[in-house]
Amino acid sequence: MALDQSFVGRTYPPTAAYEVGREKIREFAEAIGDANPAYTDTDAAKALGHSDVIAPPTFVFAITFKAAGAVIEDPQLGLDYSRVVHGDQKFTYTRPVRAGDRLSVTSTIEAIKSLAGNDILDIRGEVHDASGEHVVTAWTKLVSRAPEGA
Amino acid sequence: MTAKIAYDEVEVGTELPAQSFPVTRATLVRYAGASGDFNPIHWNEKFAVEVGLPDVIAHGMFTMAEAIRVVTDWAGDPAAVVEYGVRFTKPVVVPNDDQGALIEVSAKVAAKLDDRRVRVDITAMSAGQKVLGMSRAVVELA
Repeated sequence: MALDQSFVGRTYPPTAAYEVGREKIREFAEAIGDANPAYTDTDAAKALGHSDVIAPPTFVFAITFKAAGAVIEDPQLGLDYSRVVHGDQKFTYTRPVRAGDRLSVTSTIEAIKSLAGNDILDIRGEVHDASGEHVVTAWTKLVSRAPEGA
Repeated sequence: MTAKIAYDEVEVGTELPAQSFPVTRATLVRYAGASGDFNPIHWNEKFAVEVGLPDVIAHGMFTMAEAIRVVTDWAGDPAAVVEYGVRFTKPVVVPNDDQGALIEVSAKVAAKLDDRRVRVDITAMSAGQKVLGMSRAVVELA
């Protein structure tokens, strides 16, 4: 069933702050096998001009995708998450995510399209720090595949 | 932000050092824990097959994380990446053996932009197939 177009432009309330921990960054960097010292060594990060260790570029997805849950699980929208695949992902950064950041995400439904029975949902997540400064915007395209035989 | 590559030293067509990233089931379990993405298609073969996949597949976001390493290693400072986007075109299938899968990543400078920025186009392959499409980063150089 096609999703309701009237949800386009709907913005969900900002999430409670997520505090970025240095050990969480280390865990993530190790999980992707990335030994860049900017992720784990404060002195190396400072030598690059950062105030503390920074997170790999895609680290923030865990935070924005959790925030997108407000959209995905919105009973009024009625998305069938069991049929959803991740289509596209994009980030634009004002600055890197750093240890100690307290990040809040505001999710907006940017577009809803129907293509060959598939529902395509574009969600934008604006990430701000505790001072209200923009850190990164994440765009996530989800595709809900048409049920077989539909 | 302190990129170690100078804008004036790169041309359209400049190739970044290519890299290959191995992925095993253990890699995926570790990534699931670190990222919080516990979708069983990334670790449970029975479940993956039931939903029509050939086998367990890697998290798309894992592949995205590996692909940008070619750019962050080149630039030196990961914060030089000011924009990064991909399309997930094919899954990286990860068999339950000692080999797992290999993600092969190459990249080249596709355009020189204003403000000492360049657009880098990234190619990520696994088992002879392109696993990312429209994979592009904008990088601010020195």
